[in-house]
Amino acid sequence: MADKTLTRMDLSEAVFREVGLSRNESAQLVESVLEHMSNALVDGEQVKISSFGTFSVRSKSARVGRNPKTGEEVPINPRRVLTFRPSHLMKDRVASGNKS
Amino acid sequence: MIRSELIQKIADENPHLYQRDVERIVNTIFEEITGAMSRGDRVELRGFGAFSVKQRDARVGRNPRTGETVHVEEKHVPFFKTGKLLRDRLNGND
Repeated sequence: MADKTLTRMDLSEAVFREVGLSRNESAQLVESVLEHMSNALVDGEQVKISSFGTFSVRSKSARVGRNPKTGEEVPINPRRVLTFRPSHLMKDRVASGNKS
Repeated sequence: MIRSELIQKIADENPHLYQRDVERIVNTIFEEITGAMSRGDRVELRGFGAFSVKQRDARVGRNPRTGETVHVEEKHVPFFKTGKLLRDRLNGND
């Protein structure tokens, strides 16, 4: 496995190579894609990207948690969490690409 | 929101770009993320989240219908962890 970490910079570089906009504009477009996805999720919408995967927001109810070190009980407030469900295509590509 | 709606939003904000270029831009971003993970790389998008690959060890599974044991090979699965900023925004702390 290569284990490199890609960042926004690598995504905007890919956009720059693919479409030939300036590096600056490519970076802004990457940012606005992430911003639109985040905003939809914050509004409670599901974000479904075909052949990539689905991001959905789930509401968790309040529960009593426990500090595993001290055994102390702590209340956990109700909260919203984001889950990502990869598409079959992504699962297949990740599985076959990482086969040892 | 689905892929085409995301593309439309970006196109509306960037009237100087051709629709087909906006499509290529959006598709390139997702393709780059999937491509990275299929090479075993991570993609870390601060504030949004991080995509990584997790290894699931080989195990002995069981066919729930027949009870028969089956060998399940080691495999790699995509994983996403929500970034702190987005997690906070989801809970109204921004």
